[in-house]
Amino acid sequence: MSVTTEKKNFTQELIASFDLSKFKQDSEQRKKALAAFQSLGLPEGKSEEYKFTPITKLLAKQFKAEELYTSPTPAVSDVSALIPKAFQENCVVFVNGVYNPALSQLAAGSKVVIKPFQEAMATHASVISEKLNEIKDNNDPFALLNAAMWQDGLFIHVPKNTSGEKPLFIYHLHDANASKVTSHTRLMVVVEQSAEFSIVERTDSLGKNTIFNTINEEILVDENASFSYCKIQNDSGDLIHVSNTTVHQKKSSRADTYTFSLDGKLIRNNLNIIIDGEGCESHFYGLYLTDGDTLVDNHTVVDHKQPNSFSNELYKGLMDGKSKGVFNGKIFVRPHAQKTNAFQSNRNILLSDDATINTKPQLEIWADDVKCSHGCTTGQLDDEALFYLQSRGIPKATAKAMLLYAFAGEVLEAIKDENLKQYIDSIVSERLHKSF
Amino acid sequence: MLKIKNLHARVEEKAILNGINLEVKPGEVHAIMGPNGSGKSTLASVLAGREDFEVTQGEVEFLGKDLLDMNPEDRAREGIFLAFQYPVEIPGVSTVNFMKTALNKIREYRGQDTLDAVSFLTMMKEKIKLVEIDQSLLNRSLNEGFSGGEKKRNEIFQMAMLEPKLAILDETDSGLDIDALRIVANGVNKLRTKDNATIVVTHYQRLLDYIVPDYVHVLYKGKIVKSGTKELALELEEKGYDWIKDEMEVA
Repeated sequence: MSVTTEKKNFTQELIASFDLSKFKQDSEQRKKALAAFQSLGLPEGKSEEYKFTPITKLLAKQFKAEELYTSPTPAVSDVSALIPKAFQENCVVFVNGVYNPALSQLAAGSKVVIKPFQEAMATHASVISEKLNEIKDNNDPFALLNAAMWQDGLFIHVPKNTSGEKPLFIYHLHDANASKVTSHTRLMVVVEQSAEFSIVERTDSLGKNTIFNTINEEILVDENASFSYCKIQNDSGDLIHVSNTTVHQKKSSRADTYTFSLDGKLIRNNLNIIIDGEGCESHFYGLYLTDGDTLVDNHTVVDHKQPNSFSNELYKGLMDGKSKGVFNGKIFVRPHAQKTNAFQSNRNILLSDDATINTKPQLEIWADDVKCSHGCTTGQLDDEALFYLQSRGIPKATAKAMLLYAFAGEVLEAIKDENLKQYIDSIVSERLHKSF
Repeated sequence: MLKIKNLHARVEEKAILNGINLEVKPGEVHAIMGPNGSGKSTLASVLAGREDFEVTQGEVEFLGKDLLDMNPEDRAREGIFLAFQYPVEIPGVSTVNFMKTALNKIREYRGQDTLDAVSFLTMMKEKIKLVEIDQSLLNRSLNEGFSGGEKKRNEIFQMAMLEPKLAILDETDSGLDIDALRIVANGVNKLRTKDNATIVVTHYQRLLDYIVPDYVHVLYKGKIVKSGTKELALELEEKGYDWIKDEMEVA
């Protein structure tokens, strides 16, 4: 029996064991997603999109099919030490994928609606269905799996002209001390016209058992609105994580996204930016610092559907140990999207002989009056620079940390919020053993 | 201060230094001259501890210690400074932060207290005057986008900050116009004391009009083939390196 057949069986087992009827809400969408997932299946070795990321193999090794959607009861009672002070006044905590109101604290007097997704499906039914109709379906198998099996989630509605709100910190904690954990979470953010908002999202884990977590994020940024989104993935545990983030931008809107992947077992981020309006600006940054046997895979898509917009992408990676990095950056410029400016850069440094990176830019441009560029580089630490620093009395380890920190610095510099910049700087500094 | 005895070095399989002997005492300035490929820059690199070169024979003693036994950072902390022929550009590291780190690592090594921000800035301002470098340059990424002259001036600024006992200037004059050359040379001269020493590695005599050497050595095929006073440099300028080459071939 071939490996491929085994994987197919794993998808089939999963679907056969999954009981859709126990979900009362969202049943039509779930049914649709499950059918689509069934025809697609979990990605196999031949799957172009998961060519370098053997996630199904890993899942099949670690989990029984029915464990891919069941979740044990969490026991965490205090997370205050885990959430940075600057963000404690406005934070939402999920433990093992379940919204935890006792650990969450929302800023008083805020105009922004923040509530569990199930609740919002009743209170904001029309907004949700109207906005979801604007978003095209995500055909990633894990996005479909999440859409069929999601357990909990969050709805965020930022009304027109809202500004000056505190950033929202979303903390996804998985407690895998007692057993394996699975969670599927969804998030929907609607930033209405001329509003501004920002979210910081961090995943974290306790314990050594394997965790499987998917997050679906649907983000709508309306006309003249501005949205900033920062993801921090720094799980010391055995986390297998897939996020599907779609940012839908309308006329003259701005979106800034930052993805920091520093630890975990296997991380796959699918980031889709859909520019569906003129005069949009979109910046997306990524930094992945991997070590051990961590695999971080960033797949990004920016789809320019309308003219006169600007997108800039910068992803940088440092790979050590036996870790693997994967970067795939697609830029689409539709025939109608003249005067588009789209730039992409992916730069990597391999710090060991066993570390690898697979990087692939993919540009598909149908319009003729555009400025687009892409570049990717992979190299090693610059020995000459190292010697230069050492020749001034700086020990080799410090010199190395200085060069790596400087490499990462370009991404850190792009963060505008000072609190956030300091927070991430402290995490990255610790990770790079910065001592200067 | 520095005693080089029968130093042999090679890069990969190619022998570059073939038995160098040289002694440098405190307060002295030595010029090392020679045609391209004679091993001048290799000698400078070997002294600073560049790993590309393998020392196959000989010894180097610096202030009574075995220099070849030390890694590059310890050589710097003991008081060796190499002004690079091609200073490296390092994006994301400002000269100020770089110097602060370097100075404090050196002070730590010597058992001195690290400098606080105020004392560091006071010191930096003094040295800036000495080498006539624009302070705004120092807040920028190290050497990134600097002109040739600015890079060399930055080397001398670093030298002023670290106060080495032995400075090795590797082709510091290359790529400099006459004004930049004068500023760089002035900086070096102002930093001279009776306790420190300088080795000037150069192809041309013109730098030696500004930094006047006590001794001039001519390097050819990895050996010092002629030593003399500053007049030797003038003679070389007049007769060219072929004169040395011819003399060697005859011998």
